[in-house]
Amino acid sequence: MTDAIFLSLQLAFTTTSILLALGVPLAWWLSRKQSFVREIIAALVTLPLVLPPTVLGFYLLLLLSPNNTLGHTLSDWLGGPLTFTFSGLVIGSVIFSLPFMVQPVRASFEAIGSRPLEAAATLRASPIDSFFSVVLPMAKSGLIIGATMTFVHTLGEFGVVLMIGGNIPGETQVLSIAIYNYVETLEWQKAHQIAAGMVIFAFLVMLLLSQVSKRQLRHGAL
Amino acid sequence: MIHRDKPCYTLKITQQTQLSSFSLEVDLALPASGFTVLFGPSGCGKTTLLRCIAGLHHPVNGVIKVNGATWQDKTTRLKAHQRDLGYVFQEPSLFDHLDVTANLLYGYKRATSKGRLTLEHIAQLLGIEHLLTRKTAHLSGGEKQRVAIGRALLSNPKLLLMDEPLSALDHKTKNEVLPYLERLPKELSIPIIYVTHALSEVERLADHLVIIEKGRVIAEGDVHELMLDLDGPLSHFNQAGALVDAIVTGYDSDYSLTELTIDGGILHMPTSIAPIGSHRRIRIGASHVSLSLTAPTDSSIINCLAATVIAIKAECEAMCIVRLQLGETSEILARITKWSKDHLGLQEGLAVYAQIKGASLIKQ
Repeated sequence: MTDAIFLSLQLAFTTTSILLALGVPLAWWLSRKQSFVREIIAALVTLPLVLPPTVLGFYLLLLLSPNNTLGHTLSDWLGGPLTFTFSGLVIGSVIFSLPFMVQPVRASFEAIGSRPLEAAATLRASPIDSFFSVVLPMAKSGLIIGATMTFVHTLGEFGVVLMIGGNIPGETQVLSIAIYNYVETLEWQKAHQIAAGMVIFAFLVMLLLSQVSKRQLRHGAL
Repeated sequence: MIHRDKPCYTLKITQQTQLSSFSLEVDLALPASGFTVLFGPSGCGKTTLLRCIAGLHHPVNGVIKVNGATWQDKTTRLKAHQRDLGYVFQEPSLFDHLDVTANLLYGYKRATSKGRLTLEHIAQLLGIEHLLTRKTAHLSGGEKQRVAIGRALLSNPKLLLMDEPLSALDHKTKNEVLPYLERLPKELSIPIIYVTHALSEVERLADHLVIIEKGRVIAEGDVHELMLDLDGPLSHFNQAGALVDAIVTGYDSDYSLTELTIDGGILHMPTSIAPIGSHRRIRIGASHVSLSLTAPTDSSIINCLAATVIAIKAECEAMCIVRLQLGETSEILARITKWSKDHLGLQEGLAVYAQIKGASLIKQ
């Protein structure tokens, strides 16, 4: 069970870190001027929210398999096979949790509007400078919400993980899959322990988030 | 080096706006100090012009030279952050995640060269010393706008641009911020370009006035001159009047009357308006000036100045406007009936006495 907990946390941390690095610039790009291309990308980013995880997992399995050119190139580059491995899980999670990072961050970027950026520009701040000194601090609540949602969502992920990771203890068997396993083998007690732990954890996180957004409102930063 | 009253930067802009049907086409050489006010109705292109100067909006074609530096021409196009300017927006646009001091220092830290103005100096100039450690959310509208002005000035700009900085404020707050604005030209050696559609702000602040209509400059020049121009665009405003620069030279506490010395005489107006020795600009409304051929001795009107008629223009069937010279260079306007004009036999060159009701001089 500790293996599964450790693996889940590792997956959640890795996914959240990668999505902070990739999702935040993507959200910024999407929050700028409206264009048809951006709308298409925005719709694609949202897709994992509405698709059954098994559909996403199925296509990812095909894409990442060594028989596929993309999967082959990627696994060469990352130095190992991607299906039924931790690396594959990370790729799947990143894609599956993308909207959870991009949506709130994009919304808070859009809420800032163009005025603070213009003000920063007239105060000699270059675009990169103002992104770090104005945009990111002003979008703090969106970033916290995005990162937390990504983290919690990745912990609770099941379908995609099962499709591309399978159920290998210590390698791809995360918490949600461990629960499934225990139920299958009628070990209710252990299933309870994990399930209840996850309920409590998710509840605490949501409570924390509501506090964050309340504080943000009180300080008039929105 | 900036020389007072000598136009040493030019501004030339040709531009197509996407929003409206007209194009903005302007060719201006503006004074290197004092307030240049861009005045015109909403949607005439004055804000767009200001944004072009700042590099926030890119004109199709344009040349912008400021104090010898080229900000834009055929080959150069500096980005907004590469231009040494300060910009005050209609809304204060402070950074809410920073406190007042951090807001003030945002541009100061990034300035290409440090000016002589320090945080302490600016805070004192704008009366915001007591706000330095506050959060921006806890400031009033007028305080926010003063912080925004200070933030722009601390970036050591070569040119200060202000886009209707008072229009989002209520009447009372406007009057709270105006004295700080009036003080700026004396404290700074840089030119200020100020956009407004309020004639009252033109009267109070402008040194040089540019009137814009549908993207074109329809009149440009010294504000006193444009106010007096009986055929100019400002004559269409129903409250014709003249601006006279005055020095406060006395105060009668028994009657609460302030004595002002102007070119051509002495004026009295009710209440204490400013400390003795300070400079004030007084607006004398044409409708508040009456004329007589001899000096009246039994009138309730306390101000009576010797004047010479220099022009008379019919305003409508019943009224006409008389342009009068006081002293060496000052001029004022009087709106009188045609009947009075004929009755007194007014004509150019005639010496008259202009009476100005003291009560009419109070700022609204």
